[in-house]
Amino acid sequence: MFQRSASRSTTRQRINHAPSRFLARGFPWLTVMLGSLVPGWFMIASAPVMPPLGFLIYLGWRQLRPGLLPIWAGLPLGLFDDLFSGQPFGCAVLLWSLTAIALEIVEVRLPWRNFVTEWLMAMGLIVAYIVLCLALANLAGAASPFRVIVPQVVISVLSYPLVGRVVAMFDRIRLAPIVLLR
Amino acid sequence: MAPPANRRSSYSRRAQYTTFLSYAAGVLGAAVGLALVVISLVNPGFFSALRGLADDASEPAAQMSASGRDLGRDTWAELTGFFHSGAEHARLKRELAEAKVRLAEAKGTSAENKRLKDLMALSEPNGGAVAYARLTSSTSASTRRYATLGAGADRNVTPGMPVRSQMGLVGRVLEVGSSSARVLLVTDSESVVPVRRATDGVPAFAQGNGDGTLRIRLINLGINPLRKGDVLVTSGSGGLYRPGTPMAVVTDLIRDGAIARVLSNPSDTDYVMVEKSWAPPPPPPPANDATVKKR
Repeated sequence: MFQRSASRSTTRQRINHAPSRFLARGFPWLTVMLGSLVPGWFMIASAPVMPPLGFLIYLGWRQLRPGLLPIWAGLPLGLFDDLFSGQPFGCAVLLWSLTAIALEIVEVRLPWRNFVTEWLMAMGLIVAYIVLCLALANLAGAASPFRVIVPQVVISVLSYPLVGRVVAMFDRIRLAPIVLLR
Repeated sequence: MAPPANRRSSYSRRAQYTTFLSYAAGVLGAAVGLALVVISLVNPGFFSALRGLADDASEPAAQMSASGRDLGRDTWAELTGFFHSGAEHARLKRELAEAKVRLAEAKGTSAENKRLKDLMALSEPNGGAVAYARLTSSTSASTRRYATLGAGADRNVTPGMPVRSQMGLVGRVLEVGSSSARVLLVTDSESVVPVRRATDGVPAFAQGNGDGTLRIRLINLGINPLRKGDVLVTSGSGGLYRPGTPMAVVTDLIRDGAIARVLSNPSDTDYVMVEKSWAPPPPPPPANDATVKKR
């Protein structure tokens, strides 16, 4: 019996402790916002090379825990992303909200999923997102050719499983029992 | 994986309303986004104050990460330099000897230049630096090429000022916050800089391609006079960019111009200099106004 409880300790069932309610609710929002903000600091890029990390983390949370971020989460999170992304303002608000709605509709139709279907779904959404971002930026005065975004699309699609892993790690942090119950 | 339990609303009226309202809020979010996009398409500067506030707020953290970035790059340069320092040292010695001779020649030329300009009473106001600052962040996930500068209205930066590194032109200031500013890099596809060939002054426009290269469009169409390796400098026509700032090197020729590589890679520079925007000297007044009137 003791052995059994020792083997269960990987799930970190600590007596007397519970997950922080603030962290459990707020951590997804925080990670998405950091994903929007931080990648711009790493380099002064002269071409779009970084994946849209905020969007990828947002998508990761939506797929890992459907319903944890409400459907309207695209509005505040997209607003924050627009402040730093350089796209015409409102681009992320529109596209992130549409992403959430599209994902909900597909999940109602296709409730059973596995790694491949989730990745395929994310692939479609990521490609659509980057292409529409280019289209909106070009509408707003830029004139970038289509080939500019090809490397970014490839990097984003290939890095998505990794982002999914990181989001799963965030999920464990989110539910770590750290608050002492009295 | 099994579908997560309890996705469908139950017979509870309350649960149904909650689901419906969350969907409605999602659609509303999309509608708000569409409205914001339309506003920013019609009036691109409408949200600049908001962006300025956000950049100001994130500026201390961005500064810190920028210094970390510099440190990382310097460390890497030192590590790689360690391996080929001997050959590099010999080559530099040779180049220094040549450069000393060239420098003496250049000094003579610039002295002559100054004398000739004095002769023609052409006064050239000295291009004062307004501020030295770091580029703290950039829009690395967007097709637009903006960077954030770690200096704003607190250090007299105003929109339109050109930004350069010691290697060449980087961009120009677009929006100014209180302690940060947004810079349109020359590689953005909306940036058009009047340039000329450094050797003989063939005029052209350099437009960003969005992928780190520039598209050189010649003003006088005809036989393409450009060659690979030509250096282009700003021509200063139209004002804004001071003439003679190094800008790009031609790498590929196309039918009506060339593709060029920017000289100053902004990710390789520690500090950039914000210059006063340059106004070309006003055209001289007609010499004999009176005689024209008499006719």
